[in-house]
Amino acid sequence: MKKTKKYKFDYAVIIAFAVFVICSYATGYAPGIKIAKDNFWGFLKEMVFILPVMFILVGLFDVWVPKEKVQKYIGRASGVKGVFLVMLLGFLQAGPLYAAYPVAYILWKKGTPATNIFIYLSSVTILQVPVIAFEVGFLGFKFFILRILLSFPVFIILGFILGNFFDKKGYKFKKV
Amino acid sequence: MRLIVIAAIVITIISFLFDKKKTLKGIKKGVMMFLKILPVLMSVMILVSIVLYFVSENTLVKYLGSDAGMGAYVFAAVIGAVSIIPSFISYPLAGVLVKTGVSYSVISVFINALKMVGVLTIPIEAKFLGYKISILRNIFAFIGALIVGGLMALIYSMT
Repeated sequence: MKKTKKYKFDYAVIIAFAVFVICSYATGYAPGIKIAKDNFWGFLKEMVFILPVMFILVGLFDVWVPKEKVQKYIGRASGVKGVFLVMLLGFLQAGPLYAAYPVAYILWKKGTPATNIFIYLSSVTILQVPVIAFEVGFLGFKFFILRILLSFPVFIILGFILGNFFDKKGYKFKKV
Repeated sequence: MRLIVIAAIVITIISFLFDKKKTLKGIKKGVMMFLKILPVLMSVMILVSIVLYFVSENTLVKYLGSDAGMGAYVFAAVIGAVSIIPSFISYPLAGVLVKTGVSYSVISVFINALKMVGVLTIPIEAKFLGYKISILRNIFAFIGALIVGGLMALIYSMT
């Protein structure tokens, strides 16, 4: 019972939207059809492909990679090498930032300090190798290089500040 | 995107060959996590789809264009912060905006805020990080996007 209560708002939104979409199609209400077909369907496609895959990888990572290994490479004592490794992990990430949260969670669970986790989340924003072609193609090489060079220090510093705050206050990631 | 899916399939198969039981356990863990955040994810997607409908290309050009001045930066950050647009749509859109006279520095604010700030995905983020940290992270990222935009403007004005 507790579970359904937790998602009460979400279920209400989902049901209301389903009714809205059905009515829109039934009456030919153009804005409703546009919202459903162009916007929602676009998100759903991305979500249905990318997210379950991300979660399965996270699950496999959880059962295969022992905590000691993670701590050795990106844990508290890993230093600069650890920072570079989490950055690399972020750069190789595809999909939106919310696809990175489960990864952040599993890294936390395996003993990665919050600074490295927030640097990882920042890295996803700074550069995503899978979409470089898009950025260069539509906005040019100069823009791409400048954005990365400037974003790099700013967002890495932000990651450090947030991570330190997190570590000091003794925050915990939530168990999903 | 396709690469990740292929890589995941290959990894799963290899994992399965090594240890069936472990693999199934891992997949089950992943799927359970996914199912747990699915309701939140769905409702967020629905709300975003509706918001996106009201933000048309013309509106964007009007508020992000050179006539908008300093306000364009803040507006770009706000738009980026409240919308979730996949990369394969956002870059072409940014390309169109540049052609219609929006400056590159404003575009950088938009792109960075879009990627790093997600006001509407805070409920998803909070499932992992908790509300306090999620909100804090988004505020920081918002400011960060504006700082980068300011630096970009500085460099573009010099060259």
